[in-house]
Amino acid sequence: MEQASTKPAVSARLRNYGLQMWKARFIYLLALPGIVYLAIFQYGPMYGVLMAFQNFRPRDGIMGSQWVGLANFQRFFDHPHFWRLISNTVILNVYQLLFVFPLPIIFALLLNELRGKRFKKTVQTVSYLPNFISMPAIIGMMIMFVSPTDGFVNRIIVSLGGEAVHFMARPEWFRPLFIISEIWTTLGWAAIIYIAALAGVNPELYESAVIDGASRLKMMRHISIPSIAPTIIILFLLNVGTIMSLGHEKALLMQNSLNLETGEIISTFVFRRGLESLDYSFATAVQFFNSIINIAILTIANTISRRVSETSLW
Amino acid sequence: MVRDKSISSMLMDVIIHIIMIFVLVVTIYPVLHVLASSLSGRIANEAGLVSFYPVDFTVEAYVMIWQAGTVPNAFVNSVQYTAVGVLIQMLVTTSFAYALSRKGVPLRGFLTFFAIFTMYFSGGMIPTFMLVRNLNLLGTMWALVLPPAMGITNMIIMRTFFQNLPAELEESARLDGANDLTIFFRIILPLSKAVLYTIGLFYAVGHWNSWFPAMIYLRDPDMFPLQLILRQIVVLAGDIRDAAMTGELHAVGFLGQINVIAIRYAVVCIAIVPMLIIYPFVQRHFIKGVMIGSLKG
Repeated sequence: MEQASTKPAVSARLRNYGLQMWKARFIYLLALPGIVYLAIFQYGPMYGVLMAFQNFRPRDGIMGSQWVGLANFQRFFDHPHFWRLISNTVILNVYQLLFVFPLPIIFALLLNELRGKRFKKTVQTVSYLPNFISMPAIIGMMIMFVSPTDGFVNRIIVSLGGEAVHFMARPEWFRPLFIISEIWTTLGWAAIIYIAALAGVNPELYESAVIDGASRLKMMRHISIPSIAPTIIILFLLNVGTIMSLGHEKALLMQNSLNLETGEIISTFVFRRGLESLDYSFATAVQFFNSIINIAILTIANTISRRVSETSLW
Repeated sequence: MVRDKSISSMLMDVIIHIIMIFVLVVTIYPVLHVLASSLSGRIANEAGLVSFYPVDFTVEAYVMIWQAGTVPNAFVNSVQYTAVGVLIQMLVTTSFAYALSRKGVPLRGFLTFFAIFTMYFSGGMIPTFMLVRNLNLLGTMWALVLPPAMGITNMIIMRTFFQNLPAELEESARLDGANDLTIFFRIILPLSKAVLYTIGLFYAVGHWNSWFPAMIYLRDPDMFPLQLILRQIVVLAGDIRDAAMTGELHAVGFLGQINVIAIRYAVVCIAIVPMLIIYPFVQRHFIKGVMIGSLKG
């Protein structure tokens, strides 16, 4: 009896579901290009990650190549540059966290204190500008500015009585140049989110604080900063979570044979080994190892933040 | 904002203004220096006399770039890749975002997860390269425009925008017998110009400034986009009077005793000016877009 009563219910629900899907057929049609795109260009490469466990040869494809287990990962751990790659990547990220991350917050707080509307608008508009300049242009400008023969930076150093520095050829300058150009590029754009959060603060809070005789610094500390604190935490969390990942494009443009000691990071190593030395499986293994670490770190950072501050990414 | 006329407050204003002017100068000076150097004479450039205005004004660098032909050709390539790329991205992103914005559609949650998962994990550089190669796209424009056909963040911004449109519009159209396609094209899209504009420009900036995919997917230098040529002429060059770099310049058609510094700065100018012209017009939309994107949760 019970079966007899549930079966029609299930099939009715199924029919109902099918009817809803049929009703939404045009919606699925609209979603189709996106689904096809994701399946081919996003999930397709995920299948390709299998080559990390193979001795992959393009001629044989993934189905035909020889499986080697974790041998490629072992090769990476035994690689003479293993620790150098990890530390170069992490150190650049830590520098970003220390020197790049706080500046947009300070910039937004100071901007919030400006009373002149037009001046404020001008500063804001100009500060976004570098965000629209391409990476080759930024690094190209940097290389020319610090050139030991013709760059204005070295002219200033020489005119102050110093000696011209061949910045791009010196490993100890890779990180400072990376960070300085990063600040120049991202300061204004990264501040947008804080500026918007500050604009959303109820003006009555400031008004009543003034009546209570609070100074502007006090208001900044007790009203402005708390109002953007959740945003700061989320973004800080994201930054900590990506401490082992760093895009290849900028570092690649800045690298040359003389500064690799500090300049080579995991992502550029993947490019060199994979697409220059054609060691496909090895490079894929390195990147896969890196992704796994990244996901793990992000998860840990998220969990800690949820416990401590009740703010989290998910 | 409340006015506070105490000494400490005024001092604070002065300090903040000094800092802000410093930010302005530091941001603008490099761009002006590039522009000024590209318009200055060879001797002035080599003697380091150029700061933020041209010395011995000349457009010879631009004339030479025009005559050599490499950069104009790359400029046209970049325009083409940007136009086709953005068109594809807008078609895919807009329709997918609309589909995800409709409530009560079966599998909606799964499709959302299907898209968002790719933000946290991806196959990476080598498997993507292999895929493009297996699809026989190497050396074609399609290798540049298909792999980035939908940015997930941009898609979510759009979805959020569609979700916030008033539902009555759609309901009344449905009563008039319109189907989902008609509603999407006739009602939703015309109401979404602001977000289409924003995302379109995000995409355009991305394509215009892109160089790495072109470097790994294209072989024929005649097909190179502008940013890749910029890299060859300016970034790979090393020092100005370096032999290798002169080789690079020769390779792209510059010969003889020339105003090398101005040429290289001029290439940078040509590469960045289109975006710098566009951005003041759309920055308000951009900011709105960034905000929606950050609120997505």
